[in-house]
Amino acid sequence: MNPTPWLSLTIWIPILFGLLVLAFGDRHAALARQTALIGALLGLAASLPLYTGFDAQTSAMQFVELSPWIPRFNINYHLGVDGISLLFVLLNSFITVLVVIAGWESIKQRVAQYMAAFLIMSGVLNGVFASLDAMLFYVFFEASLIPMYLIIGVWGGPNRVYAAVKFFLYTLFGSLLMLVALLYLYDKSGGSFAILDWQKLPLPMAPQIVLFFAFFMAFAVKVPMWPVHTWLPDAHVEAPTGGSAVLAAILLKLGAYGFIRFSLPILPDASHALAGFMITLSLIAVVYIGLVALVQTDMKKLIAYSSIAHMGFVTLGFFIFNAYGVEGALVQMVSHGFVSAAMFLCVGVMYDRMHSRNIADYGGVVNTMPKFASLMMLFAMANCGLPATSGFVGEFMVIMGALKHSFWIGFLAATTLIFGAAYTLWMYKRVIFGAVANDHVAKLKDIGAREFLILALLALAVLGMGLYPQPFTEVMHASVNGLLQHLAVSKL
Amino acid sequence: MQQLYLLVPLAPLAGALIAGLGGRAIGRAGAHWVTIIGVTIAFFASVAIFLDVQNGNVYNGSVYTWLTSGETRFEIGFLIDRLSVLMMVVVSFVSLMVHIYTIGYMADDPGYQRFFAYISLFTFSMLMLVMSNNFVQLFFGWEAVGVVSYLLIGFWYTRPTAIYANLKAFLVNRVGDFGFLIGIGLILAHFGTLDYASVFAQVPGMVKTTVEIIPGVPWLLISVICIGLFIGAMGKSAQFPLHVWLPDSMEGPTPISALIHAATMVTAGIFMVSRMSPLFEMSDAALSFVLVIGGITAFFMALIAVVQYDIKRVIAYSTLSQLGYMTVALGASAYSVGMFHLMTHAFFKAVLFLGAGSVIIALHHEQDMRKMGGLRKYMPITYLTMLIGALANAGLPPFAGFFSKDSILEAVHLSHTPGAGFAYLMVLAGVFVGGLYSFRLIFYAFHGEERFRAQEAHGHDAGHGAHDEHGHGGHDHVPHESPWVVTLPLVLLAIPSIASGWTIGTVLYGGYFGSAIYISPEHEGLAEMAHEYHGVLTMMLHGLSSLPFWFALSGALVAWYLYIVNPALPGVLRQKFSFVVNILMEKYGFDRFNDWFFAGGARGIGRGLWKIGDVAIIDGLMVNGTARVVGWIGGLVRLFQSGYIYHYAFTMIIGVFVLLTLWFGRP
Repeated sequence: MNPTPWLSLTIWIPILFGLLVLAFGDRHAALARQTALIGALLGLAASLPLYTGFDAQTSAMQFVELSPWIPRFNINYHLGVDGISLLFVLLNSFITVLVVIAGWESIKQRVAQYMAAFLIMSGVLNGVFASLDAMLFYVFFEASLIPMYLIIGVWGGPNRVYAAVKFFLYTLFGSLLMLVALLYLYDKSGGSFAILDWQKLPLPMAPQIVLFFAFFMAFAVKVPMWPVHTWLPDAHVEAPTGGSAVLAAILLKLGAYGFIRFSLPILPDASHALAGFMITLSLIAVVYIGLVALVQTDMKKLIAYSSIAHMGFVTLGFFIFNAYGVEGALVQMVSHGFVSAAMFLCVGVMYDRMHSRNIADYGGVVNTMPKFASLMMLFAMANCGLPATSGFVGEFMVIMGALKHSFWIGFLAATTLIFGAAYTLWMYKRVIFGAVANDHVAKLKDIGAREFLILALLALAVLGMGLYPQPFTEVMHASVNGLLQHLAVSKL
Repeated sequence: MQQLYLLVPLAPLAGALIAGLGGRAIGRAGAHWVTIIGVTIAFFASVAIFLDVQNGNVYNGSVYTWLTSGETRFEIGFLIDRLSVLMMVVVSFVSLMVHIYTIGYMADDPGYQRFFAYISLFTFSMLMLVMSNNFVQLFFGWEAVGVVSYLLIGFWYTRPTAIYANLKAFLVNRVGDFGFLIGIGLILAHFGTLDYASVFAQVPGMVKTTVEIIPGVPWLLISVICIGLFIGAMGKSAQFPLHVWLPDSMEGPTPISALIHAATMVTAGIFMVSRMSPLFEMSDAALSFVLVIGGITAFFMALIAVVQYDIKRVIAYSTLSQLGYMTVALGASAYSVGMFHLMTHAFFKAVLFLGAGSVIIALHHEQDMRKMGGLRKYMPITYLTMLIGALANAGLPPFAGFFSKDSILEAVHLSHTPGAGFAYLMVLAGVFVGGLYSFRLIFYAFHGEERFRAQEAHGHDAGHGAHDEHGHGGHDHVPHESPWVVTLPLVLLAIPSIASGWTIGTVLYGGYFGSAIYISPEHEGLAEMAHEYHGVLTMMLHGLSSLPFWFALSGALVAWYLYIVNPALPGVLRQKFSFVVNILMEKYGFDRFNDWFFAGGARGIGRGLWKIGDVAIIDGLMVNGTARVVGWIGGLVRLFQSGYIYHYAFTMIIGVFVLLTLWFGRP
């Protein structure tokens, strides 16, 4: 008897439900919502056995599924997860449930299409994390652009078309270079798209460097790293709340995941040679973007910049090549998934009521929305990396790893303690604290049960991961150790 | 016993959670009962553990593994020894007093339940901090007390000053934490563990290790680590130049000024350095740094207290100065003396703050001493207890502060660490100023003319917002003594403000701290002091003939002359020395400088990077520039696609002509 194909289920359940919802059409909005929620919950349920059945002792791929897809080019439907990708499948399935609930009332037009877009994207994103075949990966990677493009372009704000096109072209441009790199590797490996085979493929330095930059263009845009980050603030500002949440929580992780799945293991020598370059860009993200975030006047833009700074920690952690750094970066990715989603959902809660994202339009929200203010306080604190929240764990580990690597890198990374607190809490102060600023704030109603449920679930995740991160890290030890050992060996 | 250890932090946490999450359900009385019960349990458990530790039962063990990464395990665990247990008793006792006091002080505040939840949460965090056996948990507690402090300073969140002050406090503390985290990171990088015991065990082997932070300049690793850690202490314990947040923190309700910003949280830095004595002892550079910073804080902050009119701010600057004393003691390797002063100060400063709070509610939230005066007739208990606090603060025998302060002076005097001479001058001069500002406060508020009547006409000052309506004393135009929930804690804290000093023989010279504090043989000034110590009474008698006593007394006498005998004189002096007074009123200009340089500078750079870097160069030039170039080329190409047949025909003919020319013209 074949084992249950859990990975396929996490991919195809959401996609099939998405198509089903699409088939209902917008006339049955209530039915579309309910079906979407069932689909998202089933997707989440299908991802749970991955964690419970995961063997943390090995760095090998697990839940592997392999069948030919396009035999002529030796392209296979090849899936599997290790300790690195596992958590992202779970995170993605979890966030999907939340965004479906978040769009419950605030989306009134084309409900079915909206829900379908999120479900299909969820399946596609699981596909990205689970693919072990490079061409399959590429297809999922590119396919994820389409639903997000539509989400921004259809349900977005006034300037949505500019943002959607910028988002699409920016990321498409990067990934075309990756396609070239994939074809080159296909050729070099004697006609294989198996990522695991490529990791063992010996490569001279020059092609490694060229390939590194080809991958870099694709992944750095996604992360996004400075200086190819400017699409993100625009995309976030225009995207609907759910779109922002998924964009920040999951889509940004694709770039970082690409680095750790492709660049590092396939091109270890180039990674070492260019580590200084990557670290520099990461630190620019922490310091430069931290300062830019400080002066934003639009809440979503501010959180978008804060996302870039936090993702800087991820790329920094990868390229200091020690266990604290790499595990810290992975933890940071998961934590950022919770925290940034929560922050964007919080802004969404206010936007639904006030139709403004401008900090200056707010003030004294705590007076009318105390429950909301307390929850947002928690997320704000997580955003500045307060201990006992998930935000601390990753930052702490990366800073520890960086200080082990070099004093000044750690020093600059640690400035996030100051910048992160400054931009987050200053915004919180201007929006939430103070006397009631205007009539609109005075009329605000506190969050309802549905909004409370979403934020409370995220709060539990943030606190749980902060107080007891061990269950998150223990599944990744074997894989990270495997990766670090692999990286220590030259391919030249 | 292990269950009891867990009970100490968890009981206040449970209280905080119930009061915080179920505040509406359990009501106001429910909230104060549940938190007070929690803290009472913590207090009695701490006392039981205290007694147990006196029997030699030291505990060092882990509760759970927080995280493993690479080869390192990060644990949550407890180290229960004489150092931590002393802190546990002090923290839970002062916290209990403040909880009881709060029933009276916050009686009419709409945020009653929230306040109790916060102070219990604070108690939990502080206890976790002092009970920790490793640096991660220390940092947890460190940041957690910072957050609760942030929430409490901004408790009255509609006041612009309060929410400015809490943000400032958090950010300044974050600057300290930045150094602290770097210290911790260096420890992990070089020692491979963050467990206190394992780190201390490796210290002897690391004494000579150097690091080159600036290439070519080797520094002692231990010095760099200690200075990093101490920068953390400078933030939390408000040492110059990171002291700027503490005076502003007085925007919070008075009970937390007593609990957090005087007795417990701000002493976390002192405790931490004492805990790290095996590290600090190995670095003379770090100790000198500590001495100088402490000395500056002790003297210059005391000076500001002399010119303040806000009763809470006087006490706040006095706290800064006293924290400077403790820091000086640490720098002189007299950790036990620093801890001793921490303990006595916790009691007498809590009395002063809570007493000030009692006055403030009696006068309907008036904090300006110019509108007080003559209150001793109306508030005898408050007066007496505050007088005890002031006497202790000034360091006069037989009050607690005398013993601890005198020991600090003695220890610094005997220290040979570079910088000790400077620090000695600072703390000695500070004693005079301490006497002056302490008694200025007493005379100003409780003696002399009754100035509160003049402003009674204004009634409730509108500037204080909605939280003013406490209703204590009603509207009978005469302030009167606060209810028992306020005076009882005052009395209970006044007793140790006198008597806790008499334990000096045990705490300092009886080897109380034992192995919890390490002092290197070269720094044994304390042993010398132990030789000369012959009991409490002898020390007091000896004190009467020593310089500090006369300094403190003359400070008090000057205050008496200025504010009782010749009350017109201070005004004249202020005018005459307006230059100096202005510098002090401006607090040496730190706030202005920080606002301009750091806050303004960061915003300016941020705006520049955003507008020039992101908008103009990256988006304008690179992204949209690329799009424009593509569009421009497209526009050029479009010119050829006019849609007119004759254009195409003409172009084709030219093309054919060119091709033919090339074909036939080829060599």
